[in-house]
Amino acid sequence: MARHFGTIVVGAGAAGLSAGIYLARARVKTLIVDAGVPGGQLVLTHAVANYPGVAEASGGSLAATMKQQARHFGCQIQTQTGVRFLDLASSPKRLELEDEGEVTADTVIIATGGRPRTLGLPGEDRFKGQGISYCATCDGDFFTGMEIVAIGGGNSALEEAVSLAKYAAKVTIIHEFDEFQAQPWAVQAAREEPKVEFRMAQEVLSFEGEDALSAVVVRDKHSGKVDRIPARGAFIFIGYAPSTEALRGLVDLSERGEILTDEAMATRLPGVFAAGDNRAKRYRQITTAVADGTIAALSAIEKLSAA
Amino acid sequence: MLNTTLPHIDSEAAFQAALADNDQLMVCCGRNGPMCLPVYDVMESIQDRYDKVAFKVMEFDGPIAHNIRSLPECRSFMGLPFTVWFKGGKVVKATSSIQSKAQVTAILGEHFEA
Repeated sequence: MARHFGTIVVGAGAAGLSAGIYLARARVKTLIVDAGVPGGQLVLTHAVANYPGVAEASGGSLAATMKQQARHFGCQIQTQTGVRFLDLASSPKRLELEDEGEVTADTVIIATGGRPRTLGLPGEDRFKGQGISYCATCDGDFFTGMEIVAIGGGNSALEEAVSLAKYAAKVTIIHEFDEFQAQPWAVQAAREEPKVEFRMAQEVLSFEGEDALSAVVVRDKHSGKVDRIPARGAFIFIGYAPSTEALRGLVDLSERGEILTDEAMATRLPGVFAAGDNRAKRYRQITTAVADGTIAALSAIEKLSAA
Repeated sequence: MLNTTLPHIDSEAAFQAALADNDQLMVCCGRNGPMCLPVYDVMESIQDRYDKVAFKVMEFDGPIAHNIRSLPECRSFMGLPFTVWFKGGKVVKATSSIQSKAQVTAILGEHFEA
């Protein structure tokens, strides 16, 4: 017989774990499932310095504390467990989990977050771990004394480019527009770093090399000129995409694939809520994910109490 | 210490013993970073399903990591973690950077017996 829960939270990032803490503390039988590790994108952050009440901590340790808090209140957490199938319109809601089969719940909170965007270009997958990286702090030291590129124009791209300049001989920032989306302070820090160069309005076409990456091919968006930038490393920081593919047709999504909710985090389906970076909203921070998770949990508790 | 409950290979003797005692061995050599922790978590989550496979980790900055870093199969690697699959003491597969559960189980299915 399928296990039944008051609430199943899909996703164990900051939003999902926050929801789990509130739900379990309210004595709601709660299961959090995640296809990856607890913490989601939080784990990718080496130093968190703007989370109120915590002077500075690694994303991993913050996630570990949130997981511990949720478990302490009785929340069940299953990681490395994908959801094969969702029936959100039924009552109770039905989910089919990898390696387990069906579980059911009266309410569901979708907190699937986002994942780093990839360019999807020739050579990108082939050179992952052999020149192409998505984590400067993990792999930066492999490129000591080498010429590398950082692709992107947001805060992450510019901050990581400055960080990579500690190791690399030269860091060329490749950005598709004439202006950066990054905050002025991040742009200034990059401009003040002598090892950082800028290639604006460039479309990345492909990644080249034999056993490892040796060059990035770009096209100037104004002149159309194609150029080959020698690079042993390419760090890609082009933002995040919401993880909502499996929800298409089940809940309302924006043009960008983000879940549409009201202020209570409710979707158009009764008893189905969304929280975190997969939701249509302007700002995406750990604090906003935590707030979303809290509101979604309180809304789910209210729904369960009214039933 | 790496943030995982998996057994650590922390000496030359332990590495040689791991190779000699385990016909099928998966070693993940990394740090406590965002690309490495998910691979340890995958290994922890599947180890009960692979009775005939030994799952172990090694610190990338430790004194015996040269056993992994200097393997010909890892020479072009520039992304953590370095993960190596040994069968009968020989390398049958090596990967660089983060791997998903699906990628790890696909490699185990292709090269190893459960």
